[in-house]
Amino acid sequence: MIALSLTLFFPLSGLFLFGFIGHWRSAGSINVAISICTFVTTLIIALDVFRYGPILSPGKFFYIDAFNVYLLLLNAFVGMTTAIFSGRYMAHEVAIGRVDDKRMRLYYAMYQGFLFTMLVALSTNNLGVLWVSIEGATLTTVLLVSLYRTPESIEAGWKYFIICGVGISQALFGTILVYFAAEKVVPGHDDGLLWTVLQDHAVKMDPGVMALAFVFLLVGYGTKVGLVPLHNWLPDAHSEGPTPMSAILSGLLLNVALYAIVRFKMLVDPALGTHLAGNLMMGFGMLSFSVAGLLLHRQYDVKRMFSYSSIEHMGLITFAFGIGGPLATFGALLHMIVHSLTKSAIFITVGHVAHIAGSQAINQIRGLLHTQPFVGWGFLIGTCAIAGLPPFGIFTSEFLLFTATIKSYPWLVPPLFIGLTVAFAGLFRNLQSMVFGEPPENQKQVAANMWPVVVHLGLVLWLGLAIPALLAQWLNQATIMIVGRGIL
Amino acid sequence: MLIATLSLPEQVVLMLAALILLSSFLMLAQVRLDSMINTFALQGLLLFFATLIMALISGKYQLLISAALTLFLKVFFIPNKLRGLVVRLDINREIESITNPSLIMLFAASLVLFSYYVALPIRALSLLATRNTIAISLAVVLIGMLMIISRRKAVTQVVGFMSMENGLFFAAVVATCGMPMVVELGIAFDVLVAAILFGVFFFHIRTEIGSLDTDRLNHLTEVEK
Repeated sequence: MIALSLTLFFPLSGLFLFGFIGHWRSAGSINVAISICTFVTTLIIALDVFRYGPILSPGKFFYIDAFNVYLLLLNAFVGMTTAIFSGRYMAHEVAIGRVDDKRMRLYYAMYQGFLFTMLVALSTNNLGVLWVSIEGATLTTVLLVSLYRTPESIEAGWKYFIICGVGISQALFGTILVYFAAEKVVPGHDDGLLWTVLQDHAVKMDPGVMALAFVFLLVGYGTKVGLVPLHNWLPDAHSEGPTPMSAILSGLLLNVALYAIVRFKMLVDPALGTHLAGNLMMGFGMLSFSVAGLLLHRQYDVKRMFSYSSIEHMGLITFAFGIGGPLATFGALLHMIVHSLTKSAIFITVGHVAHIAGSQAINQIRGLLHTQPFVGWGFLIGTCAIAGLPPFGIFTSEFLLFTATIKSYPWLVPPLFIGLTVAFAGLFRNLQSMVFGEPPENQKQVAANMWPVVVHLGLVLWLGLAIPALLAQWLNQATIMIVGRGIL
Repeated sequence: MLIATLSLPEQVVLMLAALILLSSFLMLAQVRLDSMINTFALQGLLLFFATLIMALISGKYQLLISAALTLFLKVFFIPNKLRGLVVRLDINREIESITNPSLIMLFAASLVLFSYYVALPIRALSLLATRNTIAISLAVVLIGMLMIISRRKAVTQVVGFMSMENGLFFAAVVATCGMPMVVELGIAFDVLVAAILFGVFFFHIRTEIGSLDTDRLNHLTEVEK
């Protein structure tokens, strides 16, 4: 319990510290220190949950079980490594005059604020508070997307604000409907949104209202996941915001929004007794996956390209949760980890690449292996990992997903396979010239910190070769929670 | 359901619901920014009265806090802030042209029908006499969305966004007599922060683009320029 309070206290204190005191030279290191503390405390929580089972806080306000604890740990970890990367990266941005001290103060305060909202969203027991903190995540990041104050970044920020705001309102309507359905069966006015209470009463809730609620929730939180057709904000926000933001948006926010959808699916399924929620998720997931794969071919900006790859992978995970069986769910949970680790590693590399080439345009980036081999190799290996090549973890989770699809929906295998091939081609058509080839003269080495990338990709490789028993147990527990039975 | 069989306060809530929907239509058709902000404040005031009456009917006095929050945020704080902003940006007398106003109004009317259709399973279930107001609150949300889509001025889009929030709040009040307090407070806080951030954004857009027409925000596309 103390660990949980500390987990939330550290980022919150960071928010106020940076917000009130402002920017000073060692702010980057302090940002790292706070993120490390947060990570350590989530590690303690994780061990507690693993040893003693789910934790429910005394006021029933927080609830941590196998499903959210691993995301909590993942969030704190990616938050920490990105903070390590962002210190030097942002110092470079200040040095070349893209941002000033006042905006750096905003940047650090909002970085911690964003981590805080993500951790609250994951650890809360109250589905209303879940909504409040995911909306809070939009509010903390919207000014970071437009941090550079160029016309493009302002446009991206505005789009992000309006599209996500409108989308998330639909999710609130869905939450109100769930509360409305719960009020009939749950005693106590204030308990109607508590996950632990709803879980027990889900079977009795009205199917008509719950089905309607899920449609709104899927559209609402789906906007945040980046599901097509409400994905437009995502590539803009990723490409125009500072790179550490892209890393944590892709690595954390998308996962947390999907987490919200899956939580509600776990309520809607017993209430309905049909596969409606799963079918909807399969449909939207497949659509996003296919559209994003095709759009990968049209990109000219390296960060945009990888944000479409994020949409593609989130679509795939949504699809996997939609299929629903234990194998697909296990694969989806694993895919959430490996995608988040790989994608944040790629964005960190891309940040360095953009500094080396002085541009984010794909046709300006050439011969990275010549200019700075360490970054070039990181870029090459990261892209191979995200494309799903063995022996990396994404291959493993996609393999599980394929196996599950062949079992339950054999006719969906061809579109899935074609989609993966198209996406693969979309990534690799640009990769070769960026990594190999002759570097242009104006490309120069930069002070890069590639250690976060090495650690991330090492973990992804490890998960691809052998999932540690501890993690497998854990994911198995989460799978049992979500679909009723595990695979181990 | 016969209107006459309902008690007087319930009838008043139904009338307020109708007026809230009407104010949404008014905002949709309003071309002058200052009048639009006034209409928005009026909608907030209607919402405040509806919440107040619901609190008295249901005996759930925590709704009084929600009512007070509505009065503060939706009637005073946000409209005043928007008024101040349009005066400072010197656009308070600007007229915004709407393309195909009659088509948009017809579309909004069909959204109301659609909301009634969608809300059928809910109406069958509610124990409250005010049940068909859920359809109205959904209609208010959808009309707010239509306003964001059909208009070009950033200020109008914000008013549309906030009126969507009004619809959601109204749904929570009439369907379930308000959400748990901690959620209500959280939502109010989010709305407050969003209103402040929108203000900040107006200045950024104005500085960078030179106008508050969101049509001019068209740099980011899928094709290389």
